[in-house]
Amino acid sequence: MTKVSFPIIGSYDIPALYLLTHALNVTVIKPPPITSKTINLGVKYSPDFVCTPFKYTLGTMIESIDKGADTLIQLGGGCRYGYYASLQEKILLDLDYKIKVFNLVTAGKPSLRRITKIFKEIDPDFKKVKLFYYGFITLKMVKYMDKIDDYIRENGAFEIEKNSFKNLREEMLKEFSKTKGIINLYKTYKRYLEKLKKIKIQKPDNYLKVGVIGELYTLMEPFANNDLERILMENKISIKRYTTATYLLLKKKNIMKKVLKKLKIIKYNLGADAADNVYNTKVLCDNNYDGIIHLKSAFCTPEIGVMPIISKIADSKDVPVLFLTFDSSASEVGVRTRLEAFFDMLEMRRDK
Amino acid sequence: MNKVGIPRGIFYYYYKDLWTNFFDYLDVPYIVSPKTNKKILRMGIKHANDEVCFAMKVFLGHVAFFKDKCDYLFIPRIDNFKYNNQTCTNFLALYDLVKNIFPSPVLHYNIDLEHKKTVKKGLFYLGRKLGKSNKEIRKAYKKAYKFYKEKKEKEIKENLLKLKSSKLKILIVSHPYITYDEILGKDISNYLEKHNITVIYSDKFNSKITNKLALKYSKDLYFKYNKDNIGALKYCENKVNGVIFLSAFPCGPDSLVNELVMRKIKLPYLNLVLDDNSSFTGLETRLESFIDMLGELYD
Repeated sequence: MTKVSFPIIGSYDIPALYLLTHALNVTVIKPPPITSKTINLGVKYSPDFVCTPFKYTLGTMIESIDKGADTLIQLGGGCRYGYYASLQEKILLDLDYKIKVFNLVTAGKPSLRRITKIFKEIDPDFKKVKLFYYGFITLKMVKYMDKIDDYIRENGAFEIEKNSFKNLREEMLKEFSKTKGIINLYKTYKRYLEKLKKIKIQKPDNYLKVGVIGELYTLMEPFANNDLERILMENKISIKRYTTATYLLLKKKNIMKKVLKKLKIIKYNLGADAADNVYNTKVLCDNNYDGIIHLKSAFCTPEIGVMPIISKIADSKDVPVLFLTFDSSASEVGVRTRLEAFFDMLEMRRDK
Repeated sequence: MNKVGIPRGIFYYYYKDLWTNFFDYLDVPYIVSPKTNKKILRMGIKHANDEVCFAMKVFLGHVAFFKDKCDYLFIPRIDNFKYNNQTCTNFLALYDLVKNIFPSPVLHYNIDLEHKKTVKKGLFYLGRKLGKSNKEIRKAYKKAYKFYKEKKEKEIKENLLKLKSSKLKILIVSHPYITYDEILGKDISNYLEKHNITVIYSDKFNSKITNKLALKYSKDLYFKYNKDNIGALKYCENKVNGVIFLSAFPCGPDSLVNELVMRKIKLPYLNLVLDDNSSFTGLETRLESFIDMLGELYD
């Protein structure tokens, strides 16, 4: 039987695992969580100046192959992310692994036909109805997860009992992975939303609000950004993040046209999520956020190109921006020092 | 009459004959920035973000050259050449980027064949912006396009003829804005020619043929200019003695595509990555040993 695995981003392995186990008649191998061993493996076999997500995903792939996987599924974005799979397959084949890598999305344009074709190739008995049904549940699951996470990001810093949000989230994800159907999923979500709202928080009057924008992988995978959101929460800062799987999968396509009409500063789409980030900067500035943190992996072309435009907008509205680049070797101490200096500055500005 | 400034970088190398002739026939005065020199490079590095690709730093240097020298800058935007023929994201962003970091007004057109925005439509848009009538534009476009096409065909023919030469032959796999730039790649081809080697350029091929050939290396590739490059490589695979991959640090598409192709070809190759610290002396040593090795294989 085919053993399928996939690279991991944040906690989205749970919906992905759910979809693959139910829609396909295959064994799905849960990818191991990312550790420093993963990234070392990735760096060892990657070309020099490829962006960091390539290294992370390659590392995860090798680790899942060691766990027994022989078919890997990779996603793609609007930049070179869509071409990862081809090179990763070649690298893995050169390492004498007998595997296949499938790229679900190419050139940043998801198409149902491509996905069904690939699923048919993995599992000959695959039926489209299954994809529709379980795909729908999976998308709902992603949506619910993001809603809960949004609430946690906003309020997580002010919890009275330590780790209460984190523990509840983990419990919820465990329940989600055992979902039996759409009604069951909805009930679980409602139950945990209520529990979440009941967690006691203590918000000071003049708490700091920071928006986090940037490249998708570094934003969504906590290991890739040295758990930046946790550091922010430890420093009693409320976080806003627009880039989530819900946004990328469902909302982005419809929003883009409106965004470009509203923004006078840029006229066109700038590749991947660059234009979205320009727009988010504007929204964050207009909503009186105290600061913006822009994250990206090293060599992320679209984000590098857009950095001057982001700082121009933020400058005109007098909002400080911190640009952070994460490579495979960034240490938490270095990131922490820069963040703390940034927070001190924000506090000084607020108290003025 | 207002002057148009054309930066000698990135887009210029693809469309120079079309643009200069188009402006000539339209009677629009224009200036092209000088060939890349140290001063332009320094200005580019000053204006660019430090992680930006080296070719873009050079381009921004050329843009900076036009300070107080022209009324408009001319920077197009190239999105795609139909489905699965995208360009690098820098090609998408340069117009908006330059508009935001330089004060001069920017003229542009947009190539987006997926939404039926062709070069022709772009140039008509540009002509109207410059205050010309449709009749004048049509005439100028026709003449300019004819010249551009004929010159391109001639160059392709010359390039193919070189494949029959009896000397040592090396294919340079690179983008034209790197190969023909004074600071980036010109030194390398000059050096090779000085050492009695026939240099074949990967960008001077018929892209209809090369795009099909590119599929033999990679089915999923969707970068148009990289398709041209690796298609040319497939075409020449049994006809040349060696390959030089030239790319600017840290070029997005090249980092993946060149690596993939290097793993697939059976020819001797040299991979040169150019950045703002590389000096030609360092490159010379590597080129020399590569040529020596090829010479020994060839004998």
